[in-house]
Amino acid sequence: MCTWLGEWLIVLGRIGLLARDTIASCLTLKFSRRDLIYQVYFIGVKSQSVVLVTGAFTGMVLAAQTYFQFHKLKMDTGTLAVVSVSMCSELGPVLTALMVSGRVGAAIAAELGTMRVTEQIDALRTLATHPIDYLVVPRFIAANIALPLLTIESMSIGIIAGYFVGVGLLGIDPAYAWYNMLKYSHNSDVMIGLIKSVIYGGIIALIGCYKGLSCVNGAEGVGRATTEAVVYASITILITNFFLTLALEQMCVILGI
Amino acid sequence: MIETRALKKSFGPQSILDGVDLQIETGESAVIIGRSGGGKSVLLKHLIGLLQPDSGEVLVDGENISRMNERQLLHVREKFGMVFQGAALFDSMTVAENVAFPLERKRKFTAGEICTRVAKALEVVDLPGTEKKKPAELSGGMRKRVGLARAIVYEPQIILYDEPTTGLDPIVSDSIDKLIIRVRDHFKVTTVVVTHDMRSARRVGNHVMLLHEKKMYAHGTPDEIFNSQDAIVRQFIDGVADPQEILF
Repeated sequence: MCTWLGEWLIVLGRIGLLARDTIASCLTLKFSRRDLIYQVYFIGVKSQSVVLVTGAFTGMVLAAQTYFQFHKLKMDTGTLAVVSVSMCSELGPVLTALMVSGRVGAAIAAELGTMRVTEQIDALRTLATHPIDYLVVPRFIAANIALPLLTIESMSIGIIAGYFVGVGLLGIDPAYAWYNMLKYSHNSDVMIGLIKSVIYGGIIALIGCYKGLSCVNGAEGVGRATTEAVVYASITILITNFFLTLALEQMCVILGI
Repeated sequence: MIETRALKKSFGPQSILDGVDLQIETGESAVIIGRSGGGKSVLLKHLIGLLQPDSGEVLVDGENISRMNERQLLHVREKFGMVFQGAALFDSMTVAENVAFPLERKRKFTAGEICTRVAKALEVVDLPGTEKKKPAELSGGMRKRVGLARAIVYEPQIILYDEPTTGLDPIVSDSIDKLIIRVRDHFKVTTVVVTHDMRSARRVGNHVMLLHEKKMYAHGTPDEIFNSQDAIVRQFIDGVADPQEILF
């Protein structure tokens, strides 16, 4: 138990150091703009399909389930409000982050892990290039840019899909449903979702990069690093989400947003 | 000049280097020989700061690099070029992009200058016209040549070779040896070669060092080492598993 805890703390400390070095390197603007654009394309554009499908079906099932429960209380027109608030502040950012961590976190860990075991990272270092400047920073910034954009897409498609299911399939009155949705959804819900998505972007990139850069033991190690990157990023996102929800809601109350 | 003083390194409980002292003069062509798994590559990686020693010092031109952090080391590494055992080419890039990489990172060359330098470096390693190929399309020998082109394109003062002929047939090995000599004479660089290929060691080096039992066991000119009567040195040079089989 003590060994496990000790190792866990060491890993946490190393990820903390990686985060510190990455943020310090971001400020020096030493990264390549071309690499950044490619990473935004890879993390953002290429993840759209999976994020849109996830967002749409989550919005649809949320609308259906909420309707089934609310219908018993004759609160049908409150359905879209629940869909909207849930998609904006919780499901949109969390599900987007989980899907992206599966696709992108794994790819980052596999790519950097392979580079590590084939000595390409050492080659970078001998060519007077810091791996953090060249490999981590473009991915970190790209994830921080792409995640909020993907989250906005997920929120939008979830609400639209929920609207079509609620109004088109389940027969909710469109005018009241829309009115209630606007009444109970606030700017703060969207803002909370976007702040969360930026943080999740950083988590996915940092854990993926850390697992890749610390990869050992050849092909087996790359496989393990890839799996661990996805598992650790997903768990971290879910745990962080709870604390972020409490903190951000409290912040909104204090700021009166 | 490169110097190590009482260099010690362990990985976990396993000791790899236990007090290695070596001195490589500027312009010298040093060859480090020793058994496989004997710590030659580990020693080489210490010379460029890829590994940090547990104790002891590594001095490059009088500057102690053994306690420098990664950012400080970047400046020191501009003096070095390194050719890896497996070439370590960036497999997502073409040959030209690999060779151009160090120049593009420096951000002080125009696209035209980079193109000219890349073409010249590929010509030096006898691979003109391969710019657009991917590393996966190249043979082992060609990959090592591209690795060498990438290491010389920015004209470093010191070039480190990690097992440059391992895994290659004798003809390709011979061409790599000649290339190392040509690069050494053309660019007037300090050369450090780690190898267990005795033919290569004899041809390339003017200072041969034997790493044995985690220490620098013997060093001297190729003639001194290859004519040595010491049992350990002879065992390695003659390539016999049993020391009693050595015929003086």
